[in-house]
Amino acid sequence: MCFFCRERATGAPLTTAIALIPGEAQGKPLLLQTPLSFWGGYDSNTGQIIDQHHPDHGCNLAGCILMMESGRGSSSGSSVLAEAIRAGTAPAAILLKQRDSIIVTGAIVAAELYDI
Amino acid sequence: MTTVALDAVDKALLSGREGEAAALAMRLLIRFAEAVEAPRFIACTRAHIDGCLYHGAVSLDFVERFVTLQGRVKIPTTLNVGSVDLIHPELFNGADDLRTAGTRLMRAHEELGCVSTFTCAPYQTIFRPFLGEQIAWAESNAIVFANSVLGARTNRYGDFIDLCCAMTGRVPDYGLHRTENRRATAIIEVNDTQSMASDALAVAVGHALGSLVGTNVAAITGLPKTLTEDDLKALGAVAASSGSVGLFHAVGLTPEAQTLDDATQGHAAPVIATFDSAALSAILDSLTTARKGAHIAAVSLGTPHFSVTEFERLMPLLAGRTFRSDIYVNTGRGVLMELERRGWDKRLANHGVTLVVDTCTYVTSIMRKLDGVVMTNSGKWAHYAPGNLNIDVIFGSLEECVSSAEKGQLVRH
Repeated sequence: MCFFCRERATGAPLTTAIALIPGEAQGKPLLLQTPLSFWGGYDSNTGQIIDQHHPDHGCNLAGCILMMESGRGSSSGSSVLAEAIRAGTAPAAILLKQRDSIIVTGAIVAAELYDI
Repeated sequence: MTTVALDAVDKALLSGREGEAAALAMRLLIRFAEAVEAPRFIACTRAHIDGCLYHGAVSLDFVERFVTLQGRVKIPTTLNVGSVDLIHPELFNGADDLRTAGTRLMRAHEELGCVSTFTCAPYQTIFRPFLGEQIAWAESNAIVFANSVLGARTNRYGDFIDLCCAMTGRVPDYGLHRTENRRATAIIEVNDTQSMASDALAVAVGHALGSLVGTNVAAITGLPKTLTEDDLKALGAVAASSGSVGLFHAVGLTPEAQTLDDATQGHAAPVIATFDSAALSAILDSLTTARKGAHIAAVSLGTPHFSVTEFERLMPLLAGRTFRSDIYVNTGRGVLMELERRGWDKRLANHGVTLVVDTCTYVTSIMRKLDGVVMTNSGKWAHYAPGNLNIDVIFGSLEECVSSAEKGQLVRH
């Protein structure tokens, strides 16, 4: 799932959000300090952040409710996210402040291919 | 959630009247258009697909679904690089399962009717888009070239959506497809650049552009009129690596920017930075990660893929020289045919130059020796290779790269 949050991801409780990909999810909330590029920054085999320059390097995102300001990086990120969803290593839900076509595409395709 | 308006063409595609593959693609496109708030679809007349590079089982699952549904692309569709050089398969030194899956992924795209270009420079093939043409292109350097240098119109499409546009001939009408979103909202001034090699100048300006503007459209003033198409290609490629630039205007050089006023569409725009040659040289230095005096194991050229005109610059530089460092040149199979016609492929082989087609040295396992640093004249390669290949790089102009390969040590001109 992907949400486009109207409220700040930190501090203030989320009051309204737009469901870009509707569904239900449960998991531990995890707020990233800076946006993550899934391509080059995320290992779809393990769910770990592998971008050495990322402040949350080493964090495992599998099954969490991932919150970050926006998406980032190469459009191949769609494939990496979809592959992680297939492999069961993806976040359970992703909340964003800005719409991001790369993340949304990964989620749309995984939903279509794997009936998730 | 925005609702996307569907016209008769869209509805026919969605209904399955044009086949199940087209219906699947249209269904995905509608969800995508809703997410990016596009109000409608328009026709597109070309697609360029970046789905040939293997990222895992999902890459094949997606394309094989369309193959199973007997899909065919509806518009001329070119293919970006894959994981394997299909013409020189012996160059691949990665894992066997990646070779098998990567090769199948490339072949599956051919079965959908895509043209086997396997190049990241489709704009330098016969499939070159024209001014104002609405297209659905993926691959960041191809996107920025098509928008900026040719004046064609595409958003920064990527994996999956590019193929959906190809299977339907439809594209969401938003972003850079629309004239009002193509105006420059910032200006970057460049002065006093006579001392710099034009390929290095282009990379420095492109790197600064990407770092400063992110996804925004900027106009660049003061670039010499002598910059070539290949220089603008290098500029865009690095701008789309250090940032997410989809369109820039080079005033006096690119088609939507005969004047600064054209580029801004008559609106006011702030000057956000001014660079002279000293500032640009400092930017180039930041692309080098290697220590001084390091042994140069290899030189990699052709990211994006080397054009015939770039080979015309390279050939005289090789004459009479032997090389201590390996030299790789990435290029498209169309350019390779022209090299063969001229007999240059043999001359290159005699100099020990390895031609890599269908893929690129920074996305797959090809380079033989990585026990030193690698030198390149590509800002894009310098940006990505340290992370992808776990190596150090030195950036230099084409002339500096060739001289350094001869000595096996860095030579500056």
